[in-house]
Amino acid sequence: MSAKKPSKRIGVFICHCGGNISSVIDVEKLAQAIGKLPGVALSTTYQYVCSAPGQDLIREKVKEHNLDAYIVAACSHTLHETTFRTLGKETGLNPYQVEIANIREQDSWVHDDPQKATSKAVRIIRSVIEKLRLNEDLLPIEVPVTKKVLIVGAGIAGIQAALDIANAGYKVTLLEKRASIGGHMAQISKTFPTLDCSQCIMTPRMVEVSHHKNIELLTYSEVEDVAGYVGNFKVKIKKNPIYIDPEKCTLCDKCVEVCPVEVDSEHDRGIKKRKAIYIPFPQAVPATYTLDVHSCLGLLPIACGECVKVCEPQAIDYDMEPQFIEDTFGAIIVSTGYELYPVLNLEEYGADQIPDVVDGMQFERLLYLDSSTGCGIKRPSDGKVPGEVVFVQCAGSRDPELHNAYCSRICCMYTSKQAMLYKSAFPEGKSYIFYIDIRSGGKGYEEFVQRAREEHDVTYLRGKVSKIFQEDGKVVVWGADTLTGEKVEIKADLVVLATTMVPSPGTKDLANKLKLNVDEHGFTQEAHPKLRPVESLSAGVFMAGCAQSPRDIPDTVSSASGAASKVMAMISGDVLEREPIIARVDEDICSGCKMCISVCPYDAREYNSDKNIVEVNSAKCEACGSCVVTCPSGATQQLNFADTQIKEMVRAILSDKESSE
Amino acid sequence: MSSSSRFEPKIVGFICKWCTSAAADLAGVSRLKYQPNVVSLRVMCSSRVDPEHILQAFKGGADGVLVGGCHPGDCHYQVGNYQTRKRIMMLLEILKDMGISPTRLRLEWISASEGAKFQDTMNEFINTIRELGPLGLKVK
Ligand code: FES
Repeated sequence: MSAKKPSKRIGVFICHCGGNISSVIDVEKLAQAIGKLPGVALSTTYQYVCSAPGQDLIREKVKEHNLDAYIVAACSHTLHETTFRTLGKETGLNPYQVEIANIREQDSWVHDDPQKATSKAVRIIRSVIEKLRLNEDLLPIEVPVTKKVLIVGAGIAGIQAALDIANAGYKVTLLEKRASIGGHMAQISKTFPTLDCSQCIMTPRMVEVSHHKNIELLTYSEVEDVAGYVGNFKVKIKKNPIYIDPEKCTLCDKCVEVCPVEVDSEHDRGIKKRKAIYIPFPQAVPATYTLDVHSCLGLLPIACGECVKVCEPQAIDYDMEPQFIEDTFGAIIVSTGYELYPVLNLEEYGADQIPDVVDGMQFERLLYLDSSTGCGIKRPSDGKVPGEVVFVQCAGSRDPELHNAYCSRICCMYTSKQAMLYKSAFPEGKSYIFYIDIRSGGKGYEEFVQRAREEHDVTYLRGKVSKIFQEDGKVVVWGADTLTGEKVEIKADLVVLATTMVPSPGTKDLANKLKLNVDEHGFTQEAHPKLRPVESLSAGVFMAGCAQSPRDIPDTVSSASGAASKVMAMISGDVLEREPIIARVDEDICSGCKMCISVCPYDAREYNSDKNIVEVNSAKCEACGSCVVTCPSGATQQLNFADTQIKEMVRAILSDKESSE
Repeated sequence: MSSSSRFEPKIVGFICKWCTSAAADLAGVSRLKYQPNVVSLRVMCSSRVDPEHILQAFKGGADGVLVGGCHPGDCHYQVGNYQTRKRIMMLLEILKDMGISPTRLRLEWISASEGAKFQDTMNEFINTIRELGPLGLKVK
């Protein structure tokens, strides 16, 4: 009942959302109830308020009713808040005189009872009206944009985005955790559905990245810390030591010859070994050795020191320290890719204890080694060329009880490809594919699968494999053919598991640093699944490729180019606008107690000793509102989230007027 | 589902924009149904929620109050939710002194991907408050 409420003329536009709202909420009754509230000059409904005629309606009504402010009661803020605020500006209102009331996601979509849902909508809208009454006109805060982009992860997604942005003339820092860029695509033998060699299309791009004048490449590096915000992220990068000076190294390979340590090669996924000092693969970029400190016997001459002894140009430096690089970026793209679900987790398929049960990527390496050396596809246990190969799709996928609920999306296609390549290399061989459904919805994909069936004589068995075990040098596969209803037993020489794509292990940690949401599986969460598929809800952070969800190469490249174009649109202007709903201090009330300084995560509260008050640095304030709660005198308020507003909102939610069921 | 005699509690939700409100949206997109007794108010961060707002809700007729934020370590503002936790802990003590059952105030961490958790929390909290019965504090 505060007497001095500014008497704004408020309009309320209630959206039917083509039945999404109006099939549950009685929008006409709602409009009537809202229309009776003081200050509401207009309360009306429309089929689709966000459509062009819907927006025209708002334009018209703002004029006709001389509105000072309006509410759109419709879908979530994340969808159309910007749309309607921009529209508000066009109609001559301050954009902060426009608010959204979410009566779809948080009402009509989650409640069945029309009466109750309608009554809840009244409460929701009424509370937003109370907020809007006290909203101040605000101007967006303009911040300068750093025209430089950080891309984390240099597989095909990161490489594509980096090249797109760099070719447009912007600076890019491309960061990769591993010793070489290239990611998984550099491991693959041939790609579906064209069967062109993956290396042949990948390597030139890797080289292009390394020579590009606008791209700074940081391999063997990680993001340590991120501060700042869209337009100006302050990022601390840790470049791990490779213990080699590439300037001095002549790539003579003597160090590799003498290194006594052998470990599984990551690039060959354990199919081959590498030394502790190594080049990940012949086409690696940068083409330099890395000394892997985790497998090295010790960075001490007494521990081993063999490599140092033979290195004539003295390029090996055991004392190399990690380097820390601090830089500012306008935007960040996360392209950290995927890993495969560990076979170890698949108890029923031998839990990684059977040497001749490999995963899809290991089979890629077998295929690659055969095609590049002509050595034949050799199975790991004894090097024999397998005469019978069984491919198991959905290994760990589409299995909500035990493993991952989702579909890994690429396995139907790549097992067809692998079976085809195996048959081409070894025509006498027999190949079987166990599948649940064949999902071949891409350009030329269905035809490709048909070719595998018809021209390459691959046997498709519809059903799930229940057990895989070893017996007399064979790998026995038990399954069921659900089409014939019969049990199937195959004594195979090699089994290939098409294991699920899961987010790469560092994704969650990086997401935390970037305040980027991840979904229940750990993949990055897009701002909107349809309309903002490469943006995140954290302004200035974008995503590309399999960090977001399983996908194939064409889709990865499309998303990378999509992210690149979004980033370029963002950094092409000189300034960015930030939401001005920051903290403000009333200098007459503030006593300079400094309580707020201790709770501010951004050092945005600064003590002014001349005035004995604590000011707000508007460039730093991120608008969380915590200092408002801490302020003992009420001197600090958050703009448009003032205590008075929240109080009125609570009151409006609880009031029973006009919301009786 | 609803019987006219059943007590329908009034509950105010304070939910942060980045996590719990996003979870509420996800519950919506996934059509995860729950009881409609909670009406939420969206703040930027759970750390904007003042214990005073909560007390005011109880005094204004709320039978329960739910505060929803990001999981510890995930707050969009780095440490906001730690401050929220401290403040709520303190308030729970005060509620006891005021004779308000601390069960009526719930702090939950619900991330943007936890639509199902949002649904479960809503139903569970509403049922709990329904069982407790009305608070009956309404002043004026
Ligand atoms: S933003 Fe969710 S609790 Fe701070």
